[in-house]
Amino acid sequence: MTTALPDSPTVPALDKALPAARRAHAQAVASGSVTAALGVLGVALGLSAVFGAPRHLRIGWLLPLVGVIFDLGPLGGFFVAATGAVSIAVGIYAVGYAQREHWARFPLVMLPLFVAAMLLVPAAGSVTTFLLAWELMAAASLVLVLSEHHRAQVRSAGAFYAVMTQLGFAAILLALVVLSAAGGGDAFATIAAGSGGISGGTRTAVLLLTLMGFGSKAGLLPLHAWLPRAHPEAPSPVSALMSAAMVNMGIYGLIRIDLQILGPGPHWWGLTLMVFGALSAVFGVLQASVATDLKRLLAYSTTENMGLVTLALGAATLLSSYGARQVAAMAMTAALLLILAHAAFKTLAFLGAGSVLAATGLRDLDKLGGLARRMPGTTVMFGIAALGASGLPLGAGFVGEWLLLQSLIHSPHENNTLLALTMPLSVGAVALTTGLGIAAMVKAFGVGFLARPRSAAAQAAREAPTSMMAGMALAAAACGVFAVAPAALGPLLKQVLAALPTVGGNEAGPALGAYLRLPGIPGSMSPGLIAVALVVAVLLALGLGRWGLRHRPAAAVVPLWACGADSLSSKMQYTATSFAEPLQRVFDNVLKPETDVEVTHFAESQYLVEKVTYRTLQADPLEQRLYTPVVRAVTTWAQWVRRAHPGSVHLYLAYGALGLLIVLVISR
Amino acid sequence: MSWIAKIGRVGRIVEPADDAPATTVAPPTGVGGSLQLRHVDAGSCNGCELEIAGAFCSVYDAERFGARIVASPRHADGLIATGVVTRNMHQPLLNTLKAVPEPRVVIAVGDCACNGGAFARGYGVVGSVADVIPVDVEIPGCPPTPAQIIAALRTVTGR
Amino acid sequence: MSTTTGLAALATLLQVVAVVAAAPLLVGGMRQVRARLEGRAGGGIGQPWRDLRKLLRKQQITPAGTTVVFGFAPAVVAGTTLLIAAILPLIALGSPLDPAADLFGVVGLLFLGTVALTLAGLDTGTAFGGMGSSREITIAALVEPTIVLAVFALSIPGHSANLAAIVSATADHPGQLVSPGSLLAFVALAIVIIAETGRLPVDNPSTHLELTMIHEAMVLEYSGPKLALVEWASGMRLTVLLGLIANLFLPWGIAGADPSMLAILIGLVAISVKIALLAGVLATVEIFIAKLRYFRIPELLAGSFLLALLAVTASYFFATPTN
Repeated sequence: MTTALPDSPTVPALDKALPAARRAHAQAVASGSVTAALGVLGVALGLSAVFGAPRHLRIGWLLPLVGVIFDLGPLGGFFVAATGAVSIAVGIYAVGYAQREHWARFPLVMLPLFVAAMLLVPAAGSVTTFLLAWELMAAASLVLVLSEHHRAQVRSAGAFYAVMTQLGFAAILLALVVLSAAGGGDAFATIAAGSGGISGGTRTAVLLLTLMGFGSKAGLLPLHAWLPRAHPEAPSPVSALMSAAMVNMGIYGLIRIDLQILGPGPHWWGLTLMVFGALSAVFGVLQASVATDLKRLLAYSTTENMGLVTLALGAATLLSSYGARQVAAMAMTAALLLILAHAAFKTLAFLGAGSVLAATGLRDLDKLGGLARRMPGTTVMFGIAALGASGLPLGAGFVGEWLLLQSLIHSPHENNTLLALTMPLSVGAVALTTGLGIAAMVKAFGVGFLARPRSAAAQAAREAPTSMMAGMALAAAACGVFAVAPAALGPLLKQVLAALPTVGGNEAGPALGAYLRLPGIPGSMSPGLIAVALVVAVLLALGLGRWGLRHRPAAAVVPLWACGADSLSSKMQYTATSFAEPLQRVFDNVLKPETDVEVTHFAESQYLVEKVTYRTLQADPLEQRLYTPVVRAVTTWAQWVRRAHPGSVHLYLAYGALGLLIVLVISR
Repeated sequence: MSWIAKIGRVGRIVEPADDAPATTVAPPTGVGGSLQLRHVDAGSCNGCELEIAGAFCSVYDAERFGARIVASPRHADGLIATGVVTRNMHQPLLNTLKAVPEPRVVIAVGDCACNGGAFARGYGVVGSVADVIPVDVEIPGCPPTPAQIIAALRTVTGR
Repeated sequence: MSTTTGLAALATLLQVVAVVAAAPLLVGGMRQVRARLEGRAGGGIGQPWRDLRKLLRKQQITPAGTTVVFGFAPAVVAGTTLLIAAILPLIALGSPLDPAADLFGVVGLLFLGTVALTLAGLDTGTAFGGMGSSREITIAALVEPTIVLAVFALSIPGHSANLAAIVSATADHPGQLVSPGSLLAFVALAIVIIAETGRLPVDNPSTHLELTMIHEAMVLEYSGPKLALVEWASGMRLTVLLGLIANLFLPWGIAGADPSMLAILIGLVAISVKIALLAGVLATVEIFIAKLRYFRIPELLAGSFLLALLAVTASYFFATPTN
């Protein structure tokens, strides 16, 4: 296929470019299809574990002393299936995305490995297997976050993420080792059988440590700061996997260890989960509503949703510890539904954001806009995701939130001051979260996709290739199913609930048919019927609008009303910063934005202003108030410890010998 | 709550309405009794604005005949223009008329809008409103009284 | 089956038709009350109907650069309001849509309409459109906790958030209307309705100054038939929300779950009287108050949130055992 061009220096490069492009295409297809195939495997395995008998597998030779144990029950199967479903969409999407963004070979290889590690975590049946799979998952995700390591922000985000992930791992390691020692074995089954004999102090310690470690992975306050740093800098398919599948592993850890294995605990366990959940939800959504970076907004929205899930888990635990098992079953079902819905709409949202990033090179909402005409498919997809994230009817998240609210308002409050006080406050927190979530998603969709482009890059956007659209369409189909036909999930949720007896599992949960009916309580809802009725009502409204049609003059397209001026420039549109400014002002005390105004005068006269520069920065206030003192304290302590490291080899040999002696003495 | 007592004491202060004058301009769209107008000051001294404000206040109450002033030309059936058209307001006046959906009317209030008035040969003046856009109703006067303005509006609304 | 559910479905249909027909009359009536109290004559109750008929015959204008979001938003707002009118127990209790959506669903549909109009405001790409959208969504976000807590407070007596259950619980036990929880919930809900429908002191529906607009600023680009739909939808929202608060706290006159023709007619008359009374009171109160500065509105909404929280807690601690 070589055309004879006279003395063109680019001909040899052209010769190499075509096979290189074909090679890149082949590699991307391979990586994407392996990821998608792993996803299909995950869904099949997960569903078979939920509906069939639990699977048990022991590979004794893989790890010395303990071997590797896999134990897949309904709970693990649920999370494996969810992860698998997300991976299918991401895998198909990555085929096109990797080519558009010219991925190197390394990230292409790591993507299926990351998915495989994530599928292993819920399947793990012993402490060592779990920790092994967890670290594999964390390492793979770190490598993928650092895909574009030539950029400084990516490197700093990667370092931050690495440190926080390892800190979380240290907490989980400690918790699981203590649990394993107290429970008398390495396998989860052994520990669960012996959990009755674990003392209250040990249980408290395990709970607090797992809350720290798993909570950090799930993005709960206060150890959430890695989320809004790492997710935006990672490539978008990886962000989707991290936000929609990896954070679920934190929740899985909480449910498995604290709710299933450690069993029923005192009242304050549920209360703690509820408090952390509510705080994460409100803080996360508040930050999302003032964020101007599209992917940072979505990352904070993940914190918000995981907060809601934890709130639901806490409510289930608290209610079940007071004996209100039916309502607890409702809350647990709500938690599971929220996890699934979040996986669907967050995947779709990140894939859409990735499509925008690939087309424009921009993540900044203040510079986007006008994408509805240039990228109509992506706009529709992101619109579906935004509707799901906002918790409005016809959105994927509506049913889960409805169930959560119903479980909170039906909690038994006679003679129970704690429930009488916490439930209204939780309802208020959930409602505030929903309201602010609506604001955040309206901003993301309205400013980012509607009206006119605010920059040249947004103007030059073109639609994503077919494979990316196919991946997004899959996730959108899942959102649609959750929005109008959640009955399809009924059998799945029933099976998973039955595996969680400590949170009302042996009660019947809400009946998910054409109508969602609450067990034993008057209350029902039908999202499908609402959708149909709404379509009919909108058609009726359109019909009303056609009254008087024959009297109307011909329709016309006219310029915008610019208050008499000749035209409106695209700079006169509202940006994301201006859209969120009233909310920022209202929540000023919590958000504490930094603003800086710099006035430059003319050299000749101090009375004349040459230019004014206005800078505003919305950092994470928790990071500034909590992390900075801790980091400072650790640095001071490290400086102090340095004094024991003067550089003498004799001293280091002495340290080594002393350490060995201590170990020998203890292990006698 | 002495205001309630005051409302009762003062009662109705609106001037009684005369008989409806003949309709000279057909109401836009054929529905009588509904006329929304967007006010444009093309370069007036604000004398006519004060009279228009008086016409829509409690004493003269133009709203009872179906007329209303609206904020956006897109919501309006027409323009109520005052003042002679200055150079700076020439294009904005044209743009404002273009923003009004059909069918539309233009009402010129005051001598300046009708024929240039006292400023007809000024250096910053393009002409009267009628020179720039087609005018349907003219209300002469410097300034016209609220009663005259209302009578002219009623010739359009038909109420 | 048989004629009983048939009559209940007829009552629901009658509700929707009545709301469509009566909304402009309600707006006209409120304007008339205001006019008479100001010493004017006013345009008459039929003025909004004349305006609507005229708007429907005007030219359909599409501003350049807008998308289908701008085009369909009026229909979505009107559609959600019509659906709410079909769900609420206004004339009779047994709406066929009652098991499909409870009060949480109604609140969600209200917000869906608000979001549609907000996106339309952003879609115009004008500064005023964005400003109106930004202000509207801030108020909507801050009003949601109050409205959900008020729903919570209302659902305690009937042990359900489904509207038929709430209204029949109030009708069966009218004594609990004077309980502190009920009164606090009424005040909180009243403030919510004022904020949601954009009446004074939150928003002035008849202002001409763009910098003071919230709802008006989003619809500055609409004209002709679409503007007619938007204004109609605004009036219908006010009608259904006044009907909701009327039947939640004064449920007498409402027809039962399997009504007769006579009961339906009585229900229609009763709800019309109640809504007219509430609208008259609202219009009268509006004479005496000025619009709040925008950044005082969050304080008002925080106050209403506190009232709603107290309503729930009071209902808990002073609960009269019902059944």
